[in-house]
Amino acid sequence: MTVNKPSSSSKRASGNKRAALLAGCAVTVLLTVSACGGGTASTTNKDGFAQAPQKDGALTVWVDATRMDAAKLYQQQHPGVKLDIVSYDGDANGSNYLQTKVQLFNRTGKGWPDVVFSSQNNEASWAVDAGFAAPLNKGLVDEATLGKFAKGANDVCTVGGTVYCLRNDLSQAVLWYNAPLLKKFGYTVPTTWEEYQQLGEKVAKEHPGYLVGDAGDSFTPEIYLWASKCGANHITGPKAVSVNTASEACTKMANLLDVLIKNKSMSISGVFSTDFGKNQADKVLLMPGPAWYGGAVFRDTLKVPAKQIAAAPIPQWQGDGSPSTGNVGGGTWLLSQHSTHIKAATDFLKWVTTDNAYQAEKAPGFPAYAPAAEAWLKGQDASGYFASDLSALSTAASQVWPEWGSGQFSQEAIWAATVKPGITQGKSIASMLPAWQDSITKYAKSNGYKVSQ
Amino acid sequence: MTVVNSSVGSAGRRPRGTDRQSRAGIAFVAAYVLLLIAFGILPTGYAIYFAFTNAGGTFTGFSNFISTAQDFRFMDAVGHVALYLLFWLVSLVVFVVSLALLLHRLASGTVSKSLRFLFYIPGALAGAASVLVWLFMLDPTVSPVSSLLGTLGFHTFGEVIAPGNLPLLFTVIAFWTGAGGWIVVIYGALNNIPQDVMEAARIDGASAWQTAWRVQIPMLRKWIVYMVILAFAGGAQLFVEPQLLSLASTGVAGRDYSLNQLTYDFAFQLNNVNGAAAVSVELLVVSVAAAAVFVARSGFFDAD
Repeated sequence: MTVNKPSSSSKRASGNKRAALLAGCAVTVLLTVSACGGGTASTTNKDGFAQAPQKDGALTVWVDATRMDAAKLYQQQHPGVKLDIVSYDGDANGSNYLQTKVQLFNRTGKGWPDVVFSSQNNEASWAVDAGFAAPLNKGLVDEATLGKFAKGANDVCTVGGTVYCLRNDLSQAVLWYNAPLLKKFGYTVPTTWEEYQQLGEKVAKEHPGYLVGDAGDSFTPEIYLWASKCGANHITGPKAVSVNTASEACTKMANLLDVLIKNKSMSISGVFSTDFGKNQADKVLLMPGPAWYGGAVFRDTLKVPAKQIAAAPIPQWQGDGSPSTGNVGGGTWLLSQHSTHIKAATDFLKWVTTDNAYQAEKAPGFPAYAPAAEAWLKGQDASGYFASDLSALSTAASQVWPEWGSGQFSQEAIWAATVKPGITQGKSIASMLPAWQDSITKYAKSNGYKVSQ
Repeated sequence: MTVVNSSVGSAGRRPRGTDRQSRAGIAFVAAYVLLLIAFGILPTGYAIYFAFTNAGGTFTGFSNFISTAQDFRFMDAVGHVALYLLFWLVSLVVFVVSLALLLHRLASGTVSKSLRFLFYIPGALAGAASVLVWLFMLDPTVSPVSSLLGTLGFHTFGEVIAPGNLPLLFTVIAFWTGAGGWIVVIYGALNNIPQDVMEAARIDGASAWQTAWRVQIPMLRKWIVYMVILAFAGGAQLFVEPQLLSLASTGVAGRDYSLNQLTYDFAFQLNNVNGAAAVSVELLVVSVAAAAVFVARSGFFDAD
C-alpha cells in the first residue's frame, strides 16, 4: 500500500515547465504502450490449424511439481533438444492460472508455452475458444496412437469431434481399504452401497473413531454422486448442460452420506486438511477415492506403511446392472497453436503421454494410455507397497459414468462454496441438493451455458 | 506500507536558495507525476475506455455496467464489501485514535518507542505474507492460539471460516496488517499539537479524557478524515484476504466474495475484460464520491 502524504504548503512550479513535462511524460508512456501490441506474422494452414512460421530455439514446457520429473527425464533422454522447463501450480484446485495467463498472452500476442500440463481436465472447454489448444487428430498425432488411449479417456479433450488435448492419467474412483485392519475387525469388503452403509453403521458402534470414507473435500461429489449416476453435470453440447439433483440417484447417495456423517464413520475434514492428517490418518478403514489416492494420499501424505492399503471395485447400488464409478481430475497435456516448434512439441507430447520410460515407470497416477497402464500396474505389483494387486483400477477405467462432463465452470468450486459450509454446520446433504442445483445453474449460466433439467 | 512524502514544505523559507529549491521540488514532483501518469491516470483512462466499449472496441453505452450488475454474484459482493467497510472503518478510527492517544500519554521514551515499533511491525510484512500468517493463526490444528479458538467453540478450520464470520475475520486481518502504520501517523500528528494548547488545557484543569475529547481529537480531525478516505478506497478494493483464504480453504470460503474478485473472474475466467473494467470504474466512482463527501464535510482543504 502506498500512502501519498500531500504537502500542506502550496507548490506552484512554473506553469509552462510543468505542462511541457507532463506532455513529455505522456508521450513516452504512450509510445511504450503502443509498442506492446505485436504484429502478426504470416501463417500456413497445416494439420488443421494456422501454424506460425517455425523456428529453432528452446521448447517451452509448463508443468506442475509432480510432472517436473517427466520433463527432466525427457531432457535426460533427449540431450539434443533445447528445453525450457517452467514450473507452475498446474491449475490445482481450479486456480485458473493457465487460463489467466493465456488470456494475457492473447492480448500481448506472445509468451505462450509450447506444451503445457494441467491437473484439471476441463481445460479444452476454454482453450479451444481462446484459440490456444491445437487440434491433435488432424495430422499431429496419428490415429493408431490415439486409439490406444483407454476408452473415453480423451472425451474431456474432444470438442466437436476434434481432439484438443491428451489425457495424462485416469482418476477413476475405486474403494481403497486397509486390508489387515479389515481382517482384524472381522469385516469383508462391501460390494454394494447398501452393504457399505451397513458396514459404516457397524463401525460406528463397534469401533467408533474409525472411518469408512471422507466427504469433506471439494471433489466429494465426483467420488460419490458421480459414481451413483447423479445427473448434476451432464454436458449435452458445447455450451449446454443439464442439471438435475433431485433424481433418486442423487438423493439415495446423499442420504447414505448423511447417515454416515451423522454417526461419524465418515469424516468431513477432507483428506488433505491438516485436521485429517493429524487426527484421522491412522483411522482409515475404507475410503472410496480416485486412482491417485494410492500414491498421493496413502503413501505420500498419510504415510501409511507398506502392505496395508488395497483396492477393490467401488460398490454399486443393489440390482444395478451397469456398474459405474466417478472420476476426480486426471491431468491433460495441451499443445499451443502459437508454437513455433511444433515438431519438437509434438515429439515431447507423444513421449510424455505414451512412453513407458515415464508413464509406466515413473508416473504416480494410472496412465491414460492403455499399453502404459498395463506396464504401470505390473510395476505397482512389483513395488510391493500395496496389499493387493490393483486390477480393480483397470476394471474401473472403463466404468466411469459418461454423463458427468467437464464444463467451463468448476463443479469442485461450486460444491466447496455451496455445500461444504453447510456440512460443517451440521446441515444434511440431502437438504442442500436444491441449493446445489441452483448454484450450478447460476454458475453455468454466467459462463454462457444453456441450462436444462 | 510506503510513505511517500511529497512535501516541498520548506520552500521559500530561505530566500537565497529559492531557485535551487524550486528546481529540486519540480524534480521530486516530476518523478511522482510520471509514475502517477503511468500507473494511475493512463490505466484509469484505459479502464474507462474498456468499460464503455465491447471486445471489438465499439461504443456500447452502459451495457457492460448493466450486464455485470445482473450477474448473480454482484449484489452479494456489494453487500459483503459494504459490511466489511463498516467493520473496518469503525474499528480503524476507534482503535487507531485511542491507541495513538494512549501512546502519546506514555511519557516514558523507551516504552513508547518499543510500542510504536511493535505496532508497526505487521505493516512491514508485505500484504500477502501477513495474510498467510493469519491462515495459520486461524487453523485450530496448527494455530499457536488453538486453545483460545477452542474456548470460542472453533475446533476445525471449517468452523472458523463459516460464512458469517468472514467480515469480522477480514477486519481483524486488515487491522493487524494496516493499522500499525496509521497509529504511527496519528501519533506524529498528536506531537504536532502545539505545546501551549496542551498546557492551557492542563492549567484549565482538563482531565486526560477531556483533553483527548475536546482538544486532541478535534485537532486531529483532518488526519482522521485523511485516514478514512484512504482506508475506504483500500477497503472497497478488498481482494488479497478473501482470495488467499479461498485458496487456503480450497474454495470453501472467500471465492467471489468481493467486487474486486468478481472483476478478476470476469476478466480471466469469463474473458470479459470490458465487464471487469465496468465494475472497476464503479469502484472508482464510489471511492471518489466518498472522498468528496468526507472532504466537503470536514473542511479538509481549509487553511488552519
